[in-house]
Amino acid sequence: MTMSTTNAAPSPAVASSSSQAVSSSQAVAEASGGQVLRVAEPLSLDSGASLAPYQIAYRTYGRLNADRSNAVLICHALTGDQYVAETHPVTGKPGWWSTLAGPGKLLDTDRYFLICTNVLGGCLGSSGPKDINPATGEAWGLEFPMITVGDMVRAQRVLIDHLGIDRLFCVIGGSMGGMQVLEWAARYPERLFAAVPIATAARHSAQNIAFHEVGRQAIMADPDWCGGDYIRQGRRPQRGLAVARMAAHITYLSEQALHRKFGRNLRNPTGLGYGFEADFEVESYLRYQGKSFVERFDANSYLYITRAMDYFDLAAEHGGKLAGAFKDTKTRYCVISFTSDWLFPTSESRAVVHALNAVAADVSFVEIETDKGHDAFLLDEPEFFQTLRGFLDGCARLSGLAPSTAPSP
Amino acid sequence: MTVLTEGRLDTAVSRDAALAVGDLRRDLAVIAEMIEPRSRVLDIGCGDGMLLAHLAQSKAVDGRGIELSQAGVNACVRSALSVIQGDADHDLEAYPDGAFDYVVLSQTLQATRNPRLVLESLVRIGRRAIVSFPNFGYWKIRLRLLATGRMPRSSLLSHVWWDTPNIHLCTIRDFLELAQDLGISTDRSLILDSAGRPYPFGAQGRLANLLAEQGVFLLRRP
Repeated sequence: MTMSTTNAAPSPAVASSSSQAVSSSQAVAEASGGQVLRVAEPLSLDSGASLAPYQIAYRTYGRLNADRSNAVLICHALTGDQYVAETHPVTGKPGWWSTLAGPGKLLDTDRYFLICTNVLGGCLGSSGPKDINPATGEAWGLEFPMITVGDMVRAQRVLIDHLGIDRLFCVIGGSMGGMQVLEWAARYPERLFAAVPIATAARHSAQNIAFHEVGRQAIMADPDWCGGDYIRQGRRPQRGLAVARMAAHITYLSEQALHRKFGRNLRNPTGLGYGFEADFEVESYLRYQGKSFVERFDANSYLYITRAMDYFDLAAEHGGKLAGAFKDTKTRYCVISFTSDWLFPTSESRAVVHALNAVAADVSFVEIETDKGHDAFLLDEPEFFQTLRGFLDGCARLSGLAPSTAPSP
Repeated sequence: MTVLTEGRLDTAVSRDAALAVGDLRRDLAVIAEMIEPRSRVLDIGCGDGMLLAHLAQSKAVDGRGIELSQAGVNACVRSALSVIQGDADHDLEAYPDGAFDYVVLSQTLQATRNPRLVLESLVRIGRRAIVSFPNFGYWKIRLRLLATGRMPRSSLLSHVWWDTPNIHLCTIRDFLELAQDLGISTDRSLILDSAGRPYPFGAQGRLANLLAEQGVFLLRRP
C-alpha cells in the first residue's frame, strides 16, 4: 500500500493492513502510483446502511507545509477521478484539471498541497459496486449500498483526518464536485477556510434527474447488464453505458458550441450516405465519446453516482431552507457559473449566493461569459482563471499563506 | 482611475466626470468619511471596487459589494474583494435585517426600477444607509431645460434620453420627501457643487436644491 506523502500519523480508526482482497480498480490505482487508504471502521451512510471495510483511492500533489495549512481538496465531477494533474493511467490523457493544477499553475503545486479522492461508489480505486464484497467474495453489483454526496464527503473527511489536516485551505470542484464543496461547507464549516463551488447547484433539478434517468435506463436496457450482475457473468454492458454517455455529453455542451464545432458537417464530403451510419460529424463525435468512455468507466458506478447527484438537496437536509445549511459560516465563498451552462444554469448558483447572503456570509459570485456550456469549468477560460486566481490569492493573504511565486499567466 | 466600458459604472453616471480626490472620486471620499473604522459595509453598484478597496485599506472595513457588470465584478474578485454579480432591484431581498453597519448606494438610486423599495431595503439591511445621487433640481439642469426645451445633459448625466439608464431621476427635495414618507431619519446631509466641493445641507432648503449638483445622505431606519 502506498501511504500518503506526508508524515502524518494514521488516526487510530484507520487500519493500514492490506489483507483485503485486491480488486481490479485498486490494482489500477496502485500500479499507477496512486494512494489508497483502507479503513476498517464502518462508515455510516445516509441510507442507514454502513460500509466496512472500505477504501479511498486518492492522489496528492505538492507538499503539505509545516503547519498543515496549505491543503486544497479538489472534488471531481460525475465521471472524473483522482488523476487531476498527471497522465491518466487508463486513458493516457492529461489530468482532467491539468489546465488549472500543477507547478506554477493556478492551483500551484509549489504552493498548495493538492488532494483529490476518487469518490465513494467510483470505479478507480475507491470502494464501489465493481469491487469485491468481503461478505460474499464476489463483486458487489447492486448489493453495494446506495451512496449520497454526503457519504462521499464523509469518506473524504476520514482521509483528511488521516492526513492530519485540521483545516483545509480550500475545497474546490465543479458540477458534482461543486455539490461536494457545498456539502463540505455545510457539514464541516470549521474544516475549510475557503469554498469554491463551480457550475453547480444546491439540489439536482427535475430536468437533470430526467437526463440521468435516460442514462440509467439505457444501461439497464442493455442485455449485458444482467440485472447489475454482469461482472460475475463475465459480460459488460458497453452499449448501454455508451448511450448513457452520449446523452449526457450533449448536456455538457451548448448548442452554440456544438454548432461551432460540427455544424451539419458530413464525414463524407461527397454527400449523404442514405443509411444509419454516422453521416454527420456530430454523430461520429458522440459515438467516439461513448466508446472511449466505456473503456474507463463501470456501468454500475454510473448508476450509483448519478443517483447520488439526484438525491442531492442541501436545503432539504436543513429543514427546507438553504440558508440553514450555511448558518454562522465563517468560510469565504467564491461561486462561479457560466452563461451558456444549461445543465447547471446561473440561476442555481444565484440561489446558493442568495442563501449565503441571507446569513451575511463572505461571498463572491461571478458569471463567466462563454459559449462552451457546462464543460467550460474544465477548459481554459481566461476570465474564469483570473477571477479564481484573485480569489485564491486574497484568501492566501488572509490566511497567512506565503505569497505565490508563480508568474501570472 | 479605471473606468469600465460596460455596466453600471459607465451607464449610470460617468464616474470620471466627477472630480476625484487623490485616487478616490470626490463623492466617494465624502461617503468614506462618513463610515466608522472596522465596520461592516455593503457597497451596491460598487463598480471596480474603488470605494471598498479604499475602505479596506484605510479603515479596516469588512466590505462586500454588489455589481451588475461582469467586468466590474471580475475586477473586484481579482483584487480579493468579496463581490457578487447582481443589482439593487433583485439581490437585496435575501439579506437579513441589520446585516451591515452601512449600506452604500452611490449614484445608482436613479437607475433602479423601484427606488422606493430599494430605499426601504437599504435601511433594513444596514443600520445606516449612505445614498448619493445626481440632483435634478440643480440650477444648470433647470436652466438647460428652460432655455433649450430639451432633456438636459450634464457631466453627471451625460446620456441621451433614449439611452439613459437613469429612469428615476429626482431632486433633493423629492428624495427627502420620500425618505420622510418612509419614516427614514437623515443623520447627515451634504451637497456637492459642480467642483465636487462638499457643503453641509442645512436650513437653506430650497437653495441647496438649486445649488447642489449632487447630494449625499446618511440615513437611518425608522
